[in-house]
Amino acid sequence: MNIIIKLLSPFEKIGNFVIYTVNELGSIVIYMWDMMLSIAAYFVNLENLIDQMIFIGMDSFYVVGLTGLFTGMVLSLQAYYAAKIVGVTYMIGPTVALSMLRELGPVLTALMITARCGSSMASEIGTMKVTEQIDALEVMAVDPYYFLSVPRVLAAMIMLPLMAVLCSLIGIIGGYIVYVYFLGLNHVTYIDKIYQYVKLSDIYNGLLKAVFFGAILSIISTYKGFQTSGGAKGVGKFTTQAVVLSSVYILFADYLLTSILF
Amino acid sequence: MIILDKLSKSFNGIKVLDDLNIKFEDKKITVVIGRSGGGKSVMLKHIIGLMQPDSGRVLINGLDINLLKKKELNELRKKFGMVFQDGALLDSLNVFENVAFPLRRHMKISENEIKKKVFSVLEDVGLEGHDKKMPSEISGGMRKRVGVARALILNPEIMLFDEPTTGLDPIMSDVINNLIISMHDKFNFTGIIISHDIAGAYKTGDIIAMLYDGKIIEYGPSEDFKNSVNPVVKQFVSGSMTGPISI
Ligand SMILES: Nc1ncnc2c1ncn2[C@@H]1O[C@H](COP(=O)(O)OP(=O)(O)OP(=O)(O)O)[C@@H](O)[C@H]1O
Ligand SMILES: [Mg+2]
Repeated sequence: MNIIIKLLSPFEKIGNFVIYTVNELGSIVIYMWDMMLSIAAYFVNLENLIDQMIFIGMDSFYVVGLTGLFTGMVLSLQAYYAAKIVGVTYMIGPTVALSMLRELGPVLTALMITARCGSSMASEIGTMKVTEQIDALEVMAVDPYYFLSVPRVLAAMIMLPLMAVLCSLIGIIGGYIVYVYFLGLNHVTYIDKIYQYVKLSDIYNGLLKAVFFGAILSIISTYKGFQTSGGAKGVGKFTTQAVVLSSVYILFADYLLTSILF
Repeated sequence: MIILDKLSKSFNGIKVLDDLNIKFEDKKITVVIGRSGGGKSVMLKHIIGLMQPDSGRVLINGLDINLLKKKELNELRKKFGMVFQDGALLDSLNVFENVAFPLRRHMKISENEIKKKVFSVLEDVGLEGHDKKMPSEISGGMRKRVGVARALILNPEIMLFDEPTTGLDPIMSDVINNLIISMHDKFNFTGIIISHDIAGAYKTGDIIAMLYDGKIIEYGPSEDFKNSVNPVVKQFVSGSMTGPISI
């Protein structure tokens, strides 16, 4: 009997995991629906929205910029080792540009902003939850979703594409620096080949991805904030969950979107 | 009139409220006392719809609060002011903005009028000159008073106080109790106070009720309450370890 139970326990775990995941997804969908209703019920509070846009955008400039710069430089260097073998070093420019614009710009920006802003969204709302500030908002007849989630989600969806483009651009510049100054190759080919191989649709698709990533990270992070319970420890736990879950969903969505878009 | 009708609520299989019945009369202050963890905050949260009962009804002027739509509930809530156990001030806003918050959300009035109202209530609660401080920079007693000011700003018909004096020194407790009395005289709200401070209850309450084991076991004007023959009430009032209340 015991053996059967032991044998079954992995299945039980899988079953539990499936139930948990479906449950969680369902709750997130309900949460999104509530949020959408609250946008419809009021108009967007511009002041809050701009605060959040500054927080997600301007304040993340250095983090995102540095990420883009080093990624572009490394890409250029790595591409050189491979391209040298087959003698196509002129393809380094397009390689860097396409990787940045289509993939790394949006994804890395989303991951960095998850770490920086997603975590603070979850912990800020989580702290408000455990200190009854969310209850206080409700008692004062203020819809907490409208007041806290809507500006964050909108700001993330607006700012993520901008930051992603910025990240890609800085990455391309980083690649250029390595290409021209460290590898000593011709700067005209780098730019010429980028013009030749990069299409406008590559940029659009990257932007579209970034919009989705912004929605994912902000919806999950605020949702986890509202789920928080259990004092300071709970805030830590749910913040971690927010960051991990957002990152995983971003990577998963990246695969899905790439297979649909390109 | 607020009526709780056969209210029951359990958490994880443990009954916190058990067929609880009580009414709160208009314009009077009713103090509900009871043990720590006895479900007083839970009861209060039912009154304003922050929690939903497993069974039973919450009637506010005849309206069942749990049958209201979100919009109607929000309209109803504008008639309430609630002072939370730990203040629950919005910690991203300073004292002034915390008190102004309900005004900014619900009233279309000029900045000047907002200032006038906020400063007047801050004066009422004895906090003039502290308006620029952040919630993290003021003491617990001051936070409670800011909470009172914020709750009063829309001149609510009903004020809910969750343990307004717990955790304060006796003098500050008395300050808060006197504040509640003078605000009641001035604004004439229906008051519901949750407390385990007996002396404060006698001082502020017109009616005192005791919540024990998920039910109201004693209810009456404070003079009657003092002379209650219920052994549980006697033990609680005298603060004795021995008696029917198990620890
Ligand atoms: N959201 C919740 N989830 C689970 N259990 C809860 C919840 N809220 C309250 N409880 C439980 O209900 C019981 C009553 O809690 P409540 O906060 O009402 O006590 P109280 O009378 O206000 O105590 P105190 O005087 O210490 O504030 C406690 O045992 C508590 O654990
Ligand atoms: Mg309590």
